[in-house]
Amino acid sequence: MARTSTIKRRIIITIVAWGVGLVIFFPVLWTILTSFKSEAQAIADPPLFLFFDWTLENYSIVQERSDYMRFLWNSVIIAGFSTLIGILVGVPAAWSMAFAPSRRTKDVLLWMLSTKMLPAVGVLYPIYLLFIQLELLDTHIGLIIVVMMINLPIIVWMLYTYFREIPKEILEAARIDGASLKSEILYVLTPMAIPGIASTILLNFILAWNEAFWTLNLTAAKAGPLTAFIASYSSPEGLFYAKLSAASTMAIAPILILGWFSQKQLVRGLTFGAVK
Amino acid sequence: MRMKSTVIAASVLAFTVTFGAFMQSHAASVVSIATVNNGDMIRMQGLTDDFTSKNPDITLEWVTLEENVLRQRVTQDIATKGGQFDVLTIGTYEVPIWGNNGWLVSLNDLPSDWDVDDLLPAIRNGLTVDGELYAAPFYGESSMVMYRTDLMAKAGMEMPNAPTWDFIKEAAAAMTDKDNEIYGVCLRGKAGWGENMAFLTATANSFGARWFDENWKPQFDSEAWANTLNYYVDLMNNYGPPGASTNGFNENLSLFQQGKCGMWIDATVAASFVTNPNNSTVADSVGFALAPDNGLGKRGNWLWAWSLAIPAGSDATDAAKKFIAWATSKQYTELVASNEGWANVPPGTRQSLYANPAYQEAASFAAMTLNSINAADPINPTVDPVPYTGVQFVAIPEFAGIASQVGQEFSAALAGQQTVAEALEKAQALTADEMEAAGY
Repeated sequence: MARTSTIKRRIIITIVAWGVGLVIFFPVLWTILTSFKSEAQAIADPPLFLFFDWTLENYSIVQERSDYMRFLWNSVIIAGFSTLIGILVGVPAAWSMAFAPSRRTKDVLLWMLSTKMLPAVGVLYPIYLLFIQLELLDTHIGLIIVVMMINLPIIVWMLYTYFREIPKEILEAARIDGASLKSEILYVLTPMAIPGIASTILLNFILAWNEAFWTLNLTAAKAGPLTAFIASYSSPEGLFYAKLSAASTMAIAPILILGWFSQKQLVRGLTFGAVK
Repeated sequence: MRMKSTVIAASVLAFTVTFGAFMQSHAASVVSIATVNNGDMIRMQGLTDDFTSKNPDITLEWVTLEENVLRQRVTQDIATKGGQFDVLTIGTYEVPIWGNNGWLVSLNDLPSDWDVDDLLPAIRNGLTVDGELYAAPFYGESSMVMYRTDLMAKAGMEMPNAPTWDFIKEAAAAMTDKDNEIYGVCLRGKAGWGENMAFLTATANSFGARWFDENWKPQFDSEAWANTLNYYVDLMNNYGPPGASTNGFNENLSLFQQGKCGMWIDATVAASFVTNPNNSTVADSVGFALAPDNGLGKRGNWLWAWSLAIPAGSDATDAAKKFIAWATSKQYTELVASNEGWANVPPGTRQSLYANPAYQEAASFAAMTLNSINAADPINPTVDPVPYTGVQFVAIPEFAGIASQVGQEFSAALAGQQTVAEALEKAQALTADEMEAAGY
């Protein structure tokens, strides 16, 4: 009786989980499907789900019109370097907060997080003017700095949470054995926190990849990443949804593939410390 | 040894920097162009080989953005002297304001074969400030009535070339068949200064309403505005599609192409979309008429021109002028015609295009587009005198912000969230506040 009830429960949970997953994934699926339709099919009423004349024409037009590889390369550079620098800054910061906290550590953590509470547009003009003065507009380095800075609170918070799960005694033992601070972080702490660091890297890479406000406002012809590529296909005067969907699919494909291959690592990292 | 390496490294670095600076100063001019994503602009990007082959010392860089994003980006860039763009795609709202501010380079010295006198007078006037042409029109548009000839015939009516608003209401009532999801009329309802307010401001002109009197006092408390908004809300509630308060250009285009609208009053540029059999299910049964009036001497049509301008402070002004002269020339029109046919040339800017028999034959909507553009008068847009220019907008910097708020009130009235009287009262109050704060 108890076993039947457990099986029933599992079935229900599985169905609900699949249902929720499909609801979350449906907009992405719809975008992918629309990218294979003609413009007329894209706005057909009732909407066409699977039974339509599949075409690759939109991809061909998008490829012809835009230098996709340049946008992709810009995305890789901006997301990659901003994440890398963020981790290099975030690991020592999180270490000090987790293992050498002061009376104000919690306040500092909260203050860091509070920077995420301000709408980005609130600081657009100061940053824009600063970028003009420093000649950073439409440059990789400018975007790397901005994207790194806006994701840094999340990086530090995530790493701090992971580091807090590591017993202090292990680090103390390393110190007793004569390990320097550098050796302690590099050879003791980091290997133990690899799942957490990996998931922090992955999550921040995804956030940096998808960042649209700053990348649209601070770039022009040279440093625009894939978010700028998608934006160039949006039009309030003309129904170009199929082409827009093709451009969107091309923009999200690399990050979807990366997420797919690293999902185990991502899930393990995100649930690290959640179950004791 | 270490000293020697340092000297060599320093020399290499110095050479690299000097050589780089030399190359940069002697490199080809780079013209960065900010533009919108629409068919004509995208077509131009595809044809730029013609320009670069004639001007090998000029390199073109394109930044294509959605209209609202583009407007915000170029405004931000020009106001802060960011210098990211050498050619801007802007409209008839921005040109007079930016020209007055000294933000744009005069284009009065474009080559004589560019033929400034060939521009349509209404379009040219909209882009000129104190005798200086600050932008070259790439394509121009007005608004007009697009209607289903088959539904009109079925209703036993005939659309006149120049209908009145009363006729539109009568025809909408006769064409509406809600059981079969056919709505007599589709109009913009989505809030925004370039969305519902473009349509309603132009409509208000034909009802004898105006935004401000000669002393810049808001006029939403006038009877003419009450008549305008009552007509619009009543028409849409009775004969419009459901959820009209969220419909903009694209939503109505989609409805019309699917055969769900009897009439649609919107931008003339839509004519090429709704008559394209690849996308429109009603392509072979579309007719055109001038925007309606109320017999007061002003029709409810607007005037807009996407134009190319050069920001003051661009470091590639000469190259930018060459590009603009090419992109807005008669020769460019011929280039598009030879590559993609006359129906695809950018419309609404030059008189010579409308005198061209090949264009008249290829574009069934050509005559109506020209008549609509000619019927708009941005200098005297209203029945009563006003202190501003602009047909569907008021060419002052504060307008976009105010009209966006007013648009929300009017959209809420259409959605039934408040009465017309309440919407007008709020519009009057907020406009008065904003204008007072702006020092008018």
